[in-house]
Amino acid sequence: MKLVDTIVVAALLIAACPARAADIPPAERRSGYSFMAPDSQAMQNDDTTNPGMLWVLDGQKLWNSKVGAAAKACADCHQDVRVSMKGVAAQYPAFDRTRERPVNLEQRINLCRTQQQRATPLAYESRDLLALTALIARQSRGVPIETGAAPQLARFIASGRDLFMQRQGQLNLACSNCHDDNWDKRLAGAAITQGHPNGYPLYRLEWQSLGSLQRRLRACLTGIRAQPYDYGAPEMVELELYLMSRARGMSIEAPAVRP
Amino acid sequence: MASALINVPAKAKRGEIIEIKTLMSHIMETGYRHTAEGAVVPRDIITSFSCRYNGSEIFRAELFPASSANPFISFFTVAKESGKFEFEWIGDKGFTATASASITVE
Repeated sequence: MKLVDTIVVAALLIAACPARAADIPPAERRSGYSFMAPDSQAMQNDDTTNPGMLWVLDGQKLWNSKVGAAAKACADCHQDVRVSMKGVAAQYPAFDRTRERPVNLEQRINLCRTQQQRATPLAYESRDLLALTALIARQSRGVPIETGAAPQLARFIASGRDLFMQRQGQLNLACSNCHDDNWDKRLAGAAITQGHPNGYPLYRLEWQSLGSLQRRLRACLTGIRAQPYDYGAPEMVELELYLMSRARGMSIEAPAVRP
Repeated sequence: MASALINVPAKAKRGEIIEIKTLMSHIMETGYRHTAEGAVVPRDIITSFSCRYNGSEIFRAELFPASSANPFISFFTVAKESGKFEFEWIGDKGFTATASASITVE
């Protein structure tokens, strides 16, 4: 299977030789949803068949439970999540003044936990962190992505874009070789999408679980035989930031379903 | 208590065929996988699901390791009278979960 993948990727590389290497025009941008089979789309459309909603339910319980030395729940400060968190996920990663860097939604939740609740931070991809992220992202469903508006973010978006364009790994591929230049083609039977992050955290049938954008990015990096960046690494957040700003104006679908 | 999503129509006409959809949160670990160190990951699945309509059982299913995580079970029944559907999932490691939904039959 691995070998087949390598051959297919190599073939794709050759096919991609006269690289377009151009950004996707706004009018041609498509959510990963539109690349899916109707069955998978139906699964996402109905909140009672979308398994991502199980994490949203868990998140609602966590939102209301008191944790940490401060014995505070999220709801004690932010009250009704449907009101206070509406549209919030559509602005992340956002610039954090104290750290002078962008932080993503997961990091923001953990900053709240450590500073306000005085609790231990939740591990990346843990059920609880995914549940809280899913709950918050759910409140932005249908909201257009606004990430990247703050002027302080410009240089971080630029370094994220550099990472996106940079060839790396044993297969010497850049994200853009697939997701800018070949998104209308297929790779080993699967659609190559444009790589817009408008549904995260999302339920991947392959994972049998909800997962974050960083999990997806790490899987992509492993696929091109590159050393994946650690969860929460600055490069990861910059890539997330670039991808979100690249998808600016597209609607949030979280928690989405993907194959 | 594990989260469950239940979809039962709130209202139905007497004699109408209705669809009931359930989605249960569960990892459904098959028992066939190994860790990086070679140890078997013990089986942890839901083994039984049942639905009672006003006390009498109308649907039962046995589940096996080939089922996906977060099993989605849907089935049909005839709306006979107003009342309550009670759902129960039983599994390995003492797993039990219940949920219920009401229906008004006119």
